[in-house]
Formats: sequence, C-alpha cells, structure tokens
Amino acid sequence: MGEKPKDEILHDHNNDGVDRRGFLKCMAWAGTGALCVMQGGVLKSYSMSRISELDAKQIAGELSFVQISDSHMGFNKPANPDVAGTLKVAIDKINGLATPPEFMLHTGDISHLSKPEEFDTVDQILKGASAKDVFYVPGEHDVLNDDGQQYLERYGKGTKGAGWYSFDKKGVHFIGLVNVLNLKAGGLGTLGHEQLEWMEDDVAHLKSSTPIVVFAHIPLWSVYPEWGWGTEDSAQALAYLKKFGSVTVLNGHIHQTMQKIEGNVTFHTAASTSFPQPQPGKADSPGPMKVPADQLRSLLGITDVNYVRGQHALAVVDSTLG
Amino acid sequence: MIRRTMSIFGLAALVLVGLGILFNGSANVAANTQPPATTEVKIDNFSFTPVTLTVTAGTTVTWTNRDDIPHTVVSADDAKTFKSKVMDTDEKFSFTFTKAGTYTYFCSVHPKMTGTVVVK
Repeated sequence: MGEKPKDEILHDHNNDGVDRRGFLKCMAWAGTGALCVMQGGVLKSYSMSRISELDAKQIAGELSFVQISDSHMGFNKPANPDVAGTLKVAIDKINGLATPPEFMLHTGDISHLSKPEEFDTVDQILKGASAKDVFYVPGEHDVLNDDGQQYLERYGKGTKGAGWYSFDKKGVHFIGLVNVLNLKAGGLGTLGHEQLEWMEDDVAHLKSSTPIVVFAHIPLWSVYPEWGWGTEDSAQALAYLKKFGSVTVLNGHIHQTMQKIEGNVTFHTAASTSFPQPQPGKADSPGPMKVPADQLRSLLGITDVNYVRGQHALAVVDSTLG
Repeated sequence: MIRRTMSIFGLAALVLVGLGILFNGSANVAANTQPPATTEVKIDNFSFTPVTLTVTAGTTVTWTNRDDIPHTVVSADDAKTFKSKVMDTDEKFSFTFTKAGTYTYFCSVHPKMTGTVVVK
C-alpha cells in the first residue's frame, strides 16, 4: 500500500477493550460496507469504497469463507416482501467475490416459522452458490414447536447434542454452538452445561497458536440484554478460549453488523439477508425495521472472512447487497 | 322553615346515596355472576398488554399476536401449565384458567417478554 488512505484508523489497542473511536467508525460504515482488520493488537479499518486501492494481500489469505445469516425464509411483511429475492442477491454477491470462498457459514434463522418448505427454499437457493459446503447453527426461528428435532434431522448429521460441532479447515478450528434452546423466562440465549463441557474437551488438546472461529446465532457478547441480545453463559465458553492468541466470534440474530474487540477475542455480528432491525434501544422493540424499498439492500448483506497465516486475527469484511 | 327545607334536601341526598349504593351493589353482583367469556391480551412491540391481568377462575384468556414477528405464550412453571404453538401475525392462543393462583408466562422465542395472569 502506498499512501495511507484517509479513512484508515490506526489506534493503539488498550487492554481494557475497545478502541471506541475506531469501533464507532466501523459502525458508521456498516451501511456501506466496512473492512475491519485486527493486526498485532491494532485495529485497522477501511471503508469498502477504498478496497480497490488496497494491496490485495491485505484482504486475501489462505482461507476464505463467507458468513450469511437470518434468511427468515417465509417472512412476507412490508419490511421485505421478497426474502427469497434478497437471499438470491446475496448468493450472487458471494459468487462475484474476487477470492471465491471455500465454504459458507449460516448463523441461523434459516426459516421464519420452521416450516419444511421454508428450509427447502433456502436449500434450493444455496445450491446456486459457488461454495458447496454450508455449515449451519440454528436460530430460534428454526426450532419452533419441536425443540429443534426437524433442524437436527436436516442439518445435524454428525453433530452432538442439540446440533453443536467443530471442524478444522487449513489449521483454523471452527466451533458451531447452539444457544437458542431451553430459554428461560426473562433470560437470554443459553448454551447449557452439556454443551459447555463438550466445548471444554473440544479445545483442550489444541495448541494455543491455533486460530479459533466460534459461530452461533445469538451474540456471545452482551450487545443489548434489554432486547435479549446476549447469551447467559457465554462467559464460561469464552473462558475456555483464553489460552488462544486469536479468537473470532461470529454471530447473527440482531440483523446488523457490529464489532467489538476484547483482549484476544474479536466479536462480529453479520447483517441479515432478509430485513434490518433497529440499533439497540433506538426503537420501542427489536421488530423488523421498515425502510424505503430503495434503501433496503443497503441494510442487508454478507460477511466475507479471510485468514492469513501468521496474522493475529482474521480479516472480516462486511458488504451490503446494494 | 329554613330548617325544614334543609332536612328535605338532606333526606333527598340520603335517598340518592342509598340508590347509588344499591345500584353499585347490584352492578358488582352482576359482574361476579356473569364474568366476560374471554379476556384479551395483546402482543405488540415485543410485549404483553396488559402485562398483568387479573381474572376470576373459569375465565378464558386469549392472546393475539399483532407483531410482524412470531411469538409464543408459555407458562414459566416446570409443568408448563399452558404452552402455545408458535403464533404468526394475527394468530391467537386461548387458555381457560380454572384454578386460582398467579401464573407467570413468557415468549419462548423472545424470553425477555414476560407476563402474569392472576386468577382469583
């Protein structure tokens, strides 16, 4: 990279957590797409409009995958009467990426009402993606009425418990968690004792230099507990990951991009492919946000994640559908 | 003369008060013997309204989802005294409360949503 782009932020990263100015700028760009890269404890952020000016090596790596989330197939209210259409646009966007992703993560709320035909429609649309492998975790909309039995039958092959599992790709260890079942009155998302024990065992044998990617539907950090945007026992899960130098946590559920860095952990939520939700506390409820039709696609999106060996964290790029 | 007039007014006032008590009393009796067949709880903006509802035993309570997002109504006790299927927009769920008690419930999809039915 030659001249430093004007939009670049380069701040020291304090041990007490987030570089607030940097974080807010990433947030502000979320509507148009932002690239936030964590390198050696320093947050770098670029607006998507400047991606073309960057050295390709900065955003490419040995492993590239895409996260999509919250398709809500079956939703047909004014906030987006055509969720199949916007999911197709998301797949077109993925197929057009300069570095084809090796696989996709879907972080839940595949369906709106857990209806078989809703899952069928999503499966059919995802077949159009260049990346054939899709790794899922359920959202609360995928486990309605049957405590997730149908979800397990469709997507849970080879998983443990309610559908949690792990796998390795090019030296990166991925952990898919389920935090949408057995929710208690007044509470948040829940992982539960059995899943936490499994996770502790799952990471026990890994070297601390192994990059870790954890993905689950409801955020594993406290985004806004008043709206249920957090997970009761996520602190226990994160405690098992303390020894690792690079941990990336990918979530959905809140239908907007948000990023937070805490010590060795980068938290990131993906945009939805269906409808946007309001910023925390900026509306009476977290219900679907109605925006003018010509603005809708600018609030929906996909997340492209790149891992470059030797770098401190994975590069997470959000891009909108329009 | 003045005293007499006052006592007439006083008597009239007493009669009016008495009629009022009688009227109110009979209205209360009517309410106790003929409770409304159903009582409504509305789901709007991720909340139950009224959040606390007091009914007499035998009342059927009907919840209506008026949000763009599906919700459920699930009793918070271990026995799950009542539990709806998921309710999409404008769908309803009814339950008849036969025993006195305080019933806390929540939306199992959005557990921050809680409500109470007090049955007397």
